[in-house]
Amino acid sequence: MSKSNTILYLDGVSVSFDGFRAINNLSLVLDKGEMRAIIGPNGAGKTTMMDIVTGKTRPDSGEVYFDGQVDLTKHDEAEIAMMGIGRKFQKPTVFESHTIEDNLMLALKGPRSIFPALFHRRSAAEARRIDDILGIIRLGDKRDELAANLSHGQKQWLEIGMLLAQDPKLLLVDEPVAGMTDAETEETARLLRDIARDHSVIVVEHDMHFVRELGVKVTCLHEGSVLSEGSLDFVSADERVVEVYLGR
Amino acid sequence: MITGRFFAAGADRRIAITIFILLAVAIIVPLLNLAVSPTSAFYVPSYVVALTGKYLCYALLALALDLVWGYCGILSLGHGAFFALGGYAMGMYLMRQIGSRGVYGNPLLPDFMVFLNYGELPWFWYGFDQFWFAAIMVLAVPGLLAFVFGWFAFRSRVTGVYLSIITQAMTYALLLAFFRNDMGFGGNNGLTDFKDILGYNVQADATRSALFAASAVTLALAVFVTWAIVGSKYGKLLMAVRDAESRTRFLGWRAENVKLFAFTVSAVMAGIAGALYVPQVGIINPGEFEPSNSIEVVVWAAVGGRGTIVGPIIGALVVNAGKSWFTGVLPAFWLFALGGLFVAVTLFLPKGIVGMWDSWRGNARALRAASIAEEDGTDPDVAPPPKIVRSAARTPGDWSASGPEPQPAE
Repeated sequence: MSKSNTILYLDGVSVSFDGFRAINNLSLVLDKGEMRAIIGPNGAGKTTMMDIVTGKTRPDSGEVYFDGQVDLTKHDEAEIAMMGIGRKFQKPTVFESHTIEDNLMLALKGPRSIFPALFHRRSAAEARRIDDILGIIRLGDKRDELAANLSHGQKQWLEIGMLLAQDPKLLLVDEPVAGMTDAETEETARLLRDIARDHSVIVVEHDMHFVRELGVKVTCLHEGSVLSEGSLDFVSADERVVEVYLGR
Repeated sequence: MITGRFFAAGADRRIAITIFILLAVAIIVPLLNLAVSPTSAFYVPSYVVALTGKYLCYALLALALDLVWGYCGILSLGHGAFFALGGYAMGMYLMRQIGSRGVYGNPLLPDFMVFLNYGELPWFWYGFDQFWFAAIMVLAVPGLLAFVFGWFAFRSRVTGVYLSIITQAMTYALLLAFFRNDMGFGGNNGLTDFKDILGYNVQADATRSALFAASAVTLALAVFVTWAIVGSKYGKLLMAVRDAESRTRFLGWRAENVKLFAFTVSAVMAGIAGALYVPQVGIINPGEFEPSNSIEVVVWAAVGGRGTIVGPIIGALVVNAGKSWFTGVLPAFWLFALGGLFVAVTLFLPKGIVGMWDSWRGNARALRAASIAEEDGTDPDVAPPPKIVRSAARTPGDWSASGPEPQPAE
């Protein structure tokens, strides 16, 4: 398999915690500009895979390459984030005691060292970028409100907005529609399709309705490795997927 | 939204008022001590000047702790160590100023060294005859210790109660080290019997007043610096690390460096507090490293309200004034009273005095605005007080674009 023209390349990755194999010989390739949905039962290793890609967990064996050439196992979270991998957590994680605007300001692409931050003045370009993102995530009228006062769904959107502010090449989005109404779910699908136009995206989700909305290639994980891969119709017709995940 | 802005304005005004009061006190108290006749009703006795000067040093220490605990969630139980190190650096200067006026009359060696049969001055005592050198050491020694300690602790991602425990271990280790006579810092007697500071008699009223004024001005300056740090983008980052450290990492920030900077600045502030404290109380000994001292600082900050800048200052002043009064009336029960106070504050004033005042004011303001709006027959344009967080199960509002009907998920 060639690494060139891939944004993410995992080959033969394994990791175990206290003897439990969370990821078992996992191979997964994401092309540049591709959006991929990942499904699978609880404990299939979806979040662990994201931990490996973002540098939170080191794999015991296997190759993890970003952009065809960067070995991600040699870098930590902050370095990987600066290379251009953004991550949304399963549980929406925003800075609750800050306003929406400040949340985005802290996420905005730029230098990440202490002294520039100490004497930082907001530039017009930054203010414009924040306005743009507030428009995209539809929180413009709440910009001065504390993030703690947002609903669960709005926090999910704010977190996606923070990813956008970071301007990554690859977005890892873990369960973006958990706790959302159907209308919000549809909106989120539309938002992610928009984002996927100029970013590579991996979405982990349980909501099959939402995955169908995305209309992209699906990978089903089970016990730490790929069980089935293809279009949603193909994957959901797969006997083994029905067996372990979808249910009869 | 509006409440948020009100709070911001209120907090800034409060900082300005605090700085103004401290500067005013720095002028007025020395004047009332020096220029007013002792028979006048306005006369401030010298012992009060020394006592409040000491409290101001404690307040500076509490403010230093607030920067790391209130704004970054690092519960340091070893801040007394930085305070004591700053104090020792100042104490060494004061010892060398004694010169040949000591009991043994040795022009070079301080009394305790003569007593312990030191042949010559240990290398680390060189330079301390110069004030500028001692002043640099007051900043550098606590700052360097905090930097090295924080470098390892934060890099290894030691957080929460484990970090608190190792800070406690650090101050305890220093306590044991400084108790040893071989350390060259006077063993358990510490450094005392000071004569001069910058050529002025430390016992004189004018010197005491000057030290008091210096403490008040330094505290005012520290309030300003802390406020500027907290209000900057870095300060927001600091709070972000406190609330969601992993999120900051995945945004590309190095959380360990964010913490390290605050921890080092805080240690330097604590060192300055110690340096101002020592000439005012006239002694520094290893007792200042006692873990219980550091814990007491945490109580001050908690009582006043952490994360508020002004709160820990109020807490330090109130608790210490209480301590002075209480130890006079019922000396045996002070520790029980302190423990009881901490329990009571945790139970009834979780945000401390200042935090409680804020939420009380916020509620009152929201109520007043609501009642005015009701009289006018218009919608109250007031956000709910920020402590009320809407439940996660939201009703769809104007935010969702289409299909407001909530439907069960598939």
